[in-house]
Amino acid sequence: MPILSLITFAPLIGVAAILALRLAGKPDDAKTVGAAKWIALVTTLATFALSVLLVLQFDPNTAGFQFVEDSPWFAGLHYRMGVDGISLLFIPLTAFLMPLCIAASWRSIEKRVLEYLIAFLILETLVIGVFCALDLVLFYIFFEFGLVPMFLIIGIWGGQRRVYAAFKFFLYTLLGSVLMLAAILAMINISGTSSIPLLMTYHFAPQVQTWLWLAFFASFAVKMPMWPVHTWLPDAHVEAPTAGSVILAGILLKLGGYGFMRFSVPMFPQASQLFTPLVFALSVIAIVYTSLVAFRQVDIKKLIAYSSVAHMGFVTMGIFSGNVQGEQGAIFQMLSHGLISGALFLCVGVVYDRMHTREIAFYGGIVNRMPWYAAVFMLFTMGNVGLPGTSGFVGEILTMTGTYGVSTWTAILAASGVIFSAVYALTLYRRVVFGELTNPKLAGITDLEQREIWIFAPLIAGTLILGVYPNYVFNLTQTSVDHLVTVYRAAVGG
Amino acid sequence: MNVSADLSLAFPQLILGVGALLLLVVGAFSPKSTTAICAASIVALLGAAVAAATAPLGRAFGGGLISDQASAFAQVAIYVASAVAIPLGQPWFERRGVRNFEFPVLVLLAALGMGMMACSGDLISLYVGVELHSLALYVLAAMYRDNARASEAGLKYFVLGALSSGLLLYGASLIYGFAGSTYFTDIAAAVHGGAQTGVLFGLVFLICGLAFKVSAAPFHMWTPDVYEGAPTPVVAFFAAAPKMAAMVLFARALAQGFGGAAGQWQQVLVAIALISVVVGAFWGLAQQNLKRLWAYSSIANIGYALLGLASGDARGIQAMLVFMVLYMVDVTGFFACLAALSRKGRSMETIDDMAGLFKEQPWIALAMTVFSLSALGLPPFSGFWGKFYVFKAALGAGLAPAAIAGLVGSVVAAFYYLRLIKVMWFDSSQGATDRPPVEARAIGVALALFSFPVVMVALRWIDPWAHAAAAAFGLA
Repeated sequence: MPILSLITFAPLIGVAAILALRLAGKPDDAKTVGAAKWIALVTTLATFALSVLLVLQFDPNTAGFQFVEDSPWFAGLHYRMGVDGISLLFIPLTAFLMPLCIAASWRSIEKRVLEYLIAFLILETLVIGVFCALDLVLFYIFFEFGLVPMFLIIGIWGGQRRVYAAFKFFLYTLLGSVLMLAAILAMINISGTSSIPLLMTYHFAPQVQTWLWLAFFASFAVKMPMWPVHTWLPDAHVEAPTAGSVILAGILLKLGGYGFMRFSVPMFPQASQLFTPLVFALSVIAIVYTSLVAFRQVDIKKLIAYSSVAHMGFVTMGIFSGNVQGEQGAIFQMLSHGLISGALFLCVGVVYDRMHTREIAFYGGIVNRMPWYAAVFMLFTMGNVGLPGTSGFVGEILTMTGTYGVSTWTAILAASGVIFSAVYALTLYRRVVFGELTNPKLAGITDLEQREIWIFAPLIAGTLILGVYPNYVFNLTQTSVDHLVTVYRAAVGG
Repeated sequence: MNVSADLSLAFPQLILGVGALLLLVVGAFSPKSTTAICAASIVALLGAAVAAATAPLGRAFGGGLISDQASAFAQVAIYVASAVAIPLGQPWFERRGVRNFEFPVLVLLAALGMGMMACSGDLISLYVGVELHSLALYVLAAMYRDNARASEAGLKYFVLGALSSGLLLYGASLIYGFAGSTYFTDIAAAVHGGAQTGVLFGLVFLICGLAFKVSAAPFHMWTPDVYEGAPTPVVAFFAAAPKMAAMVLFARALAQGFGGAAGQWQQVLVAIALISVVVGAFWGLAQQNLKRLWAYSSIANIGYALLGLASGDARGIQAMLVFMVLYMVDVTGFFACLAALSRKGRSMETIDDMAGLFKEQPWIALAMTVFSLSALGLPPFSGFWGKFYVFKAALGAGLAPAAIAGLVGSVVAAFYYLRLIKVMWFDSSQGATDRPPVEARAIGVALALFSFPVVMVALRWIDPWAHAAAAAFGLA
């Protein structure tokens, strides 16, 4: 059974069903909209079930690619899918967040609901496709086309400055991606194959590696995003609807990190080693600088967006440390950040749906009206800070340990970023949740409703389980990461 | 070779020539029977396409007419595109009270000219083909006689087209004077091992004349004006097939006539290609009228096609051929959508007219979104695959800086495609649009479906065929 294709394209079945619904009935009819929401929810849940099945069938003792599908296409390209320990867990992460996004948009999206759901389902297909693709061009198709649904999600269902944010998001990412396309074409020309597994064993000349590495870096650094090309992210986050932010922070940012681990490190090891100081420097700047910037924000979403940039700094640092702790930590940090930042954006969405503002100064003292919300928000704030016991801690400590062995100063400076993150996150929490309830408009604010509790429950469970027993992740990734590090070490001779 | 063997090689052109003349006579006696004439023209064009695909290979009329894989490939594309133009154009004219049976006949004549361009093996048939198709196109552009803008477009097209034909002819005479023959094969022998200055001079004029015909910058000035003024379905026709014909002619003249001087024309083509990409990207940003916008988009796209050609090897020509076929589909589809749209009887031509189109005409809006994304070069739409081939060839031929400049240019152009998408999807509607005519909408949506997803399967056939066609040019 081609399970990867099945998972990748399962959301499209939902798209077809919603399209049929649209053609059959009135698109704005309450019944049609209700049915479409259920179709989307069921489709995403089914996809998640399939992805769990995938994880259960995965053999953690093999370093190579599993569930490989391969059929020739044209011009030497192949439709080639497969997963290894590095890509595997991003698939359930995506499939896990998607139903939550659909549920989170249940009430808050009122116009063009059918198109909204279609955009999310298509996005799910594309993102899962990115993690499964084992052909350079196939990867590029999934990677690049993901821009379109996100562009529409921000542009149609976003806030005040949505058009600006959507354009900025699209053009920034596109500029990075076309350079990657040039590198992809050059790689095909030089090596004569577009197969990712084959390219991972191909040795490019060091001079060539440098150029290819830079081109890929242009794309992934924007996607990550790394300082100083991160400026599209706060705008995109602020304007995107809640579910859009969740997907953006939870999944789309991970494409950059995944790209570094799939392409940059294994295919261009010499160049990766050459540019490691650059990546470390940018990572540390991202961690320290954007943490300080986050501290000065007046908009809750923007603050969390900047904190995402800082957390992604740990990921890039870990990836280029070139040792097992760093790589494991980077993968774990990405998964954990997917849960925590997604949950934080959902937390913002909860108060935004009620009050329609994200200004920090507007709130204050809502613990008096929303005790359950305060508890949930507290947990994820702590996760964001990296409190031991939450998943946020594991990723940060591992990436720092990994980096310590390579560059002590980088690790020390990054560690200071942990303190800064506590500063801005706790300040945010204090100003929004604690204190006296002074704003009269907040008097009538209501606590979490049942639907919202159901959305948060799995996220809470995920954050705590991974925080207490991270080996669920490490057992699956260990073999592939060991292999990656061994090959990298051998290539750079260290 | 005897005459009957020669004629068998020219069978596709014979179908079109005889067909056009017969239909002209029929039309003269019964001008009312436009539907029958249109149907007969479509049959003739499709018949010619089949004949071209199955034509025997060889050279006819002393080498003036070449029938090879490349000519077959180009002719099929050209004839099919011309066949699409007839059901798109004739009802459009009839709705505006222009009941001319000449429209299909002129399309046939233009197709005949383009067919000759695709097959031409010497400078004479090159010129005859170019003139035949140009003259038919001038008339088509001005066919909507009651419309001042259409007449203006036709006149402008004619004057500038005549200028370019003059350049072409001047270049051809210089080449003939210095090389001593009009046949590409003889020219190639004369050029072999270094071309004389006189021949190179002629070559530059020839390139300029052809660059005019494909509307490459800096010879593009006529394009926006003519696209804006000419009737939309006619633009759908002459933005597609003639470009293909001229590009194949370009490739044949350069590869078969001047293969020995590849180093010289490569530089010229890279320069023209990059100027086209830049002009198309930056000038397009300022456009409000969609037909002008797409004119600039076509200038940029021709730049990419020329970049493929500039690679100067078989891979580059294959890239150019694939690119052009896919581009033809996109541009025809886009103008078909545009021809389908009107609000209270007025055609919608500016970007602002498209506001909220998704609410009014979801299928057309979706199709136009597909064409925009395709023109932007976003995978997996057909435009991406065209660029994929072109840039792969350019990188393989050591034109990395040019390829990267072209890719960055495509990011600049992305802004105006996105703006169109933004207007259609994000903005609120400006009022109900008229019911779109069935044929234009059907053609637009069908071509959008080709752009995605059909192209992903179709390339399995286009790729090897274009490969064989490119091999016919005899470059390494």
